[in-house]
Amino acid sequence: MKIGVVTFPGTLDDRDAARAVRHAGGESVALWHNDADLHGVDAVILPGGFSYGDYLRCGAISRFSPVMEPIIKAAQGGMPLLGICNGFQVLAEAHLIPGALTRNHELHFLCRDQKLTIENVNTAWTSSFKQGEEILIPLKNGEGAYMCDDETLAMLEGEGRIIARYVGENPNGSRNLIAGITNERGNIVGLMPHPEHAIDSLTGPSADGLGFFTSVLKAMVK
Amino acid sequence: MSLDTVAKAQTNPDAPQPFAELGLKPDEYARIKEILGRRPTSSELAMYSVMWSEHCSYKSSKVHLKQFGEKAVKTDALLVGIGENAGVVDVGQGYAVTFKIESHNHPSFIEPYQGAATGVGGIVRDILTMGARPIAVMDPLRFGPADAPDTRRVLPGIVAGVGGYGNCLGLPNIGGEVVFDETYLGNPLVNALCVGVMKHSDIKLAKAAGAGNLVVLYGAKTGGDGIGGVSVLASETFESKGPAKRPAVQVGDPFVEKVLIECSLEIFAEDLVVGIQDLGGAGLSCATSELASGGSGGMKVQLDKVPLRDPSLSPEEILMSESQERMCAIVEPSKIARFLEICEKWDVTVTVIGEVTDGNHLEITWNGELIVDVPPRTVAHDGPVYNRPLAQPDYIDAVAKEVINLPLPTTADEIKSTVLKLAATPNLADKSWVTDQYDRYVQGNSIQSQPDDSGMVRIDEKTHLGVAVATDANANWSYLNPYEGAKLALAEAARNIATAGAKPLAVTNCLNFGSPEDPGVMWQFAESVRGLADGCLEMGLPVTGGNVSFYNQTGAVAILPTPVIGVLGVIDDVRTRTPMSFHRAGLDLYLLGETENDLAGSEWAYMHGQRGGIAPTADLQREMRLIDLLVAGRTKKILSAAHDLSQGGLAATLTEMVLRYNTGATVHLENVGLSLLSETPGRVVVAIDPAQTAALTSEAATQKITLTKIGTTGGDSLIINDAKIPLGELRKAHTETFPKLFG
Repeated sequence: MKIGVVTFPGTLDDRDAARAVRHAGGESVALWHNDADLHGVDAVILPGGFSYGDYLRCGAISRFSPVMEPIIKAAQGGMPLLGICNGFQVLAEAHLIPGALTRNHELHFLCRDQKLTIENVNTAWTSSFKQGEEILIPLKNGEGAYMCDDETLAMLEGEGRIIARYVGENPNGSRNLIAGITNERGNIVGLMPHPEHAIDSLTGPSADGLGFFTSVLKAMVK
Repeated sequence: MSLDTVAKAQTNPDAPQPFAELGLKPDEYARIKEILGRRPTSSELAMYSVMWSEHCSYKSSKVHLKQFGEKAVKTDALLVGIGENAGVVDVGQGYAVTFKIESHNHPSFIEPYQGAATGVGGIVRDILTMGARPIAVMDPLRFGPADAPDTRRVLPGIVAGVGGYGNCLGLPNIGGEVVFDETYLGNPLVNALCVGVMKHSDIKLAKAAGAGNLVVLYGAKTGGDGIGGVSVLASETFESKGPAKRPAVQVGDPFVEKVLIECSLEIFAEDLVVGIQDLGGAGLSCATSELASGGSGGMKVQLDKVPLRDPSLSPEEILMSESQERMCAIVEPSKIARFLEICEKWDVTVTVIGEVTDGNHLEITWNGELIVDVPPRTVAHDGPVYNRPLAQPDYIDAVAKEVINLPLPTTADEIKSTVLKLAATPNLADKSWVTDQYDRYVQGNSIQSQPDDSGMVRIDEKTHLGVAVATDANANWSYLNPYEGAKLALAEAARNIATAGAKPLAVTNCLNFGSPEDPGVMWQFAESVRGLADGCLEMGLPVTGGNVSFYNQTGAVAILPTPVIGVLGVIDDVRTRTPMSFHRAGLDLYLLGETENDLAGSEWAYMHGQRGGIAPTADLQREMRLIDLLVAGRTKKILSAAHDLSQGGLAATLTEMVLRYNTGATVHLENVGLSLLSETPGRVVVAIDPAQTAALTSEAATQKITLTKIGTTGGDSLIINDAKIPLGELRKAHTETFPKLFG
């Protein structure tokens, strides 16, 4: 099972995402922003970082990278695609998922260990979890507040497309404590916290994040 | 303004030049004329003035710093020593680690965000320049009183700057310090440390060897930022009178630096450079003169080829510009095509600006006219050296006579209120408000970070080899006795490495002081250097490099002498590290080391406005035995937890331990007030499973370290004799200080 990990200029968590793929038992393939070829991968991760320095708007420039064209096309055809943090922002800029990510309500970059509940286990990236399962993974971002209009929010809630919610105090001002959402088909997931930093308790707060990567490997076997 | 050339300098040797405005003394100017046999051109004057500034030439500190070489221990671990961009240490398994700490104090007072950000950027490039991948940063910070209005301006900006730049580079921030004291009001200290790792074979040096090799400038374009920043900005005190010399603080672009790092590492991996130097303080003046004098000796540079952000810059300004995110490489002609290709892949601007020559001339031309022709060594290394007068200041004897008279708690109520007060005081309060703005997870190798005693990162995923770094300074002790203060800071940093079970290996330092023109300050500096050099020799630790920051003073008020000492340690298996606290009930708590009446310079004394007394004396032999005990405690699996005692004494250590994993403790202390508040050095609290009692007793006896059982773990309170402090109440006191102060 080959999972592509994209590096844009300014991407930071690409090595971590590749390591998480390997820990889950998959093969990671490095994809370069300027190369419009997916090199035969079965799924793609857009990792965290500050692609293009977050200039203009987070993800706004990366969204137009050559590699995004085949990614968007494949994802629209059902290929599993996970955007973490800056990757979530790229997904929103590419309109693969609704809404936008805005500045944290306290206006600081925030890095902390964050509890989430998994609320939809029927996506390509969450099937390893139990419905309602509480997990602990790092959250680290400056612009992680999920925003959308009331109509979209009602749709996301109504269709069960909120895949993970923050537990406890709202860390960044996201509407309805949204930490991650999925598209209608359940193959594309945008997630603000970082599962790739929680693949073992030695370097992360837990190994809870591994579930996202084992999920997609299972999904591809099906 | 017409171009000043070497030819003109020869024809009008007596033309007046603004050497004084550039910070040069008349005798220094005379020496330049003597070296050149003529007056310098304006470009040469610019180069000498920045390179002979205090910041670049260490002219006041050199005579003292040489002790680090003279008293150095013989060690095979040091692969590259003082003098290069950063020292390099062998950590085994073919890996080499480089680390260094630098100050960016003055710019951070003027423009906190950019000052701190570019401080991080500069030290990261120093580490990169050695051929290493930067793997972590740390930032010891010092501010005026926490509730001072200016601290509310400076602190949030500096913290945001450290985070804004470091986070964007993808470097985990694994620790540091936040300390408050009146003397830092108007003189905040921003010290930044970076650690990098490489294989032995990948070490790069700043030398331009091989005539005919190309001089390549790559990275950001050159702009007008920070012009004269080094000589003027970093060397003038902030007096209310006199002309304002506050040119633009450099502005950083971490995105450009991140790309520059990845681009450089790809270039290094293909072995495409002969020598490399980053452009930091003094910009091209520094890079060209240092590269040339480190190599074949000569270099020709076409300055008009330098890509500019501002096309109106004069050659003098281009030579002095401190625009960030630039590197200068020496590349063999046969490898230049591949070099340019990699730069193109990363969209990095790259220009060949000259070539290496034989001989002893650094020749710089501007549109074909020769504007600089100097022996490069005279610019880079032959700056003035001052043996400045020094004298023990009067306050030293006066404070030594002061008798410390502090209220010490005895009743349960007093114990509880004392512990809560200490937990909440800004110097000891929880620093999450700061550290939560830093990414500690990126790269996926962070094993320990704040609030642990040291930062620890894994450097090999297969063998689990790791390194630990701690920085410490106790300025209160350094004020009372700078010689002992420096030794004690070294001991504390080493101890903070060892509590996790890592073995201290090498030392870096950032020496922050007031004006070297004040004999009292100069004495503090000399004593601190002597103490650190003696301490390192006794502990067998090489000093791999460092940084001096003078002129941290406002008017007559100098900062407390603040030698920040960084210690690097190695741990063969990060999975076996000893954590700083305990997760479970039923463990026994022991105090290692003896408690004396050491309230002078303590946090409790500071909180009561008492700054006098006699500082403790460092017993480095005992410290080394304690370190051996702690390392053995890890490798023999004796210790379940270990945490250092420092500022705030046992009270602060117990507070941090019980709150870390929300597991309480019950302790019984004799002479409870002094036991809780004294800051006697060389002490550690350890937790062990009762089954390890005999093993711990035996190790302590072997190392001749006093062992005292003080209690057990468990429950949801910290109980000290008859005082019961619920963890919730303690946590509230500990954590609400910073959010209340800084929002």
